Amino acid sequence: MSSKLKDTIISPLLQNNPITVQVLGICSALAVTAKLETALVMSASLTFVTMFANFFVSCIRRVIPSNIRIIVQMTIIASLVIICDQVLKAYVYSISKQLSVFVGLIITNCIVMGRTEAYAMKNNPLSSLMDGLGNGLGYSIILLTVAFFRELLGSGKLLGITILPLHTEGGWYVANGLMLLPPIAFFIIGIFIWTVRTWKPEQREED
Amino acid sequence: MSAKDSTMRTIFVALAVCAVCSILVSTAAVTLRKRQQQNKLLDKRKNILIAAGMIKPGEKVSRSEIAGLFSRVKKKVINLKKGTETTAVDPAGCSQSQALADNALSYTLNPEEDIAGIKRMVKYGVIYNVYKENKIALTVFPVCGKGLWSTLYGFIALDKDLNTVRGITFYEHNETPGLGGEIDNSKWQAGWVGRKIYKEGKPVLKLIKGKAGPAREDPYQVDALSGATLTSKGVTHLIRFWFGSKGYAEYIKKHQVSPPAEDKEQL
Repeated sequence: MSSKLKDTIISPLLQNNPITVQVLGICSALAVTAKLETALVMSASLTFVTMFANFFVSCIRRVIPSNIRIIVQMTIIASLVIICDQVLKAYVYSISKQLSVFVGLIITNCIVMGRTEAYAMKNNPLSSLMDGLGNGLGYSIILLTVAFFRELLGSGKLLGITILPLHTEGGWYVANGLMLLPPIAFFIIGIFIWTVRTWKPEQREED
Repeated sequence: MSAKDSTMRTIFVALAVCAVCSILVSTAAVTLRKRQQQNKLLDKRKNILIAAGMIKPGEKVSRSEIAGLFSRVKKKVINLKKGTETTAVDPAGCSQSQALADNALSYTLNPEEDIAGIKRMVKYGVIYNVYKENKIALTVFPVCGKGLWSTLYGFIALDKDLNTVRGITFYEHNETPGLGGEIDNSKWQAGWVGRKIYKEGKPVLKLIKGKAGPAREDPYQVDALSGATLTSKGVTHLIRFWFGSKGYAEYIKKHQVSPPAEDKEQL
């Protein structure tokens, strides 16, 4: 793999992360991160959709008339999301019930649309695919970090396995109920951005 | 205008993209439908068992375990108007959504009768008897009604007296997660256990703002969901409707037995 392709994947992980740097797609980061399991499935779905939406849009980028390009991109994204939703319903029914509308809402996730419009319309299919993978993984890192802390501190579990035995079940850990409410995801993302920007000061925005 | 942007070409590209996408989407929907329906059926059975208290909400149970537990459950078709059991309609062959489209099996409700907001009502209901040592221990009643955004579908398990609630669960709805979606919350559902639906033959159980007392002292009220007034109202209405004269009231009148002993039977 050439170094440029590698860079396409690696840069969105931290350097140019869609959530922390571009602050896109945080709505689902709040909604599905109370448990690690749902966050994992959501991450996988979004990565799949971003990758292939980028790939297909890039394949036909030279024939898409520019006046309907957004609609064409939306159609492709929406089709991929429906396929993804159908597969989840068929194979991981209980998780798909918990994710409820959020898989459908990938259609409106700004990361997917942002990447097809900003990257796939100008680059070849292979590097678009990699860009989609990179951004999908960048989103996943944040989602999984948030879900890790929320599930661990909120219900003392990881992937449903008890790590901190709960006070209510005879253990010692008193669960932090705030962790299970959506607003806490903002705080965790905020702390994450702060940490990354202290470590990499070049990400700080000018006043 | 470049050749790429000509009107004909725009229409052609739009049609081509739509055709390819619709083929992909319909292929996925058709090939996966069978598996999805199996999942739905399994989920429905699982929820009947949850309402009956035979499995805990959130507990992981395998397909064979569900099948095993479900062998103690018998499906029964009842004529809602007469309140009698019937074999005239085959429960296996008629799903409720099909029945709702069939004038022989369902009818349109008057707006003033339709407090649950379901528009059409079936003439034959399907209920589930849960057996313990060859005796009916519980009866699970399907209910549905409009919440805020969606129709709520659920099950309520009643004790032998057909009045005391033993469990409630909702298996399908599209309410706002965290607000109306909290009808899935097992802690809230646990608050229903021991409440009573009928007072002097009328369904009076309702959701109230604030805190309902313990079930023994305050049997006709349940806590409403905070931040979800309309969903809570919907739940009250669906109870009133399904346990009223259009729903199971007639059947319950005919099949009620004396109140159960104080201790709750373990299933």
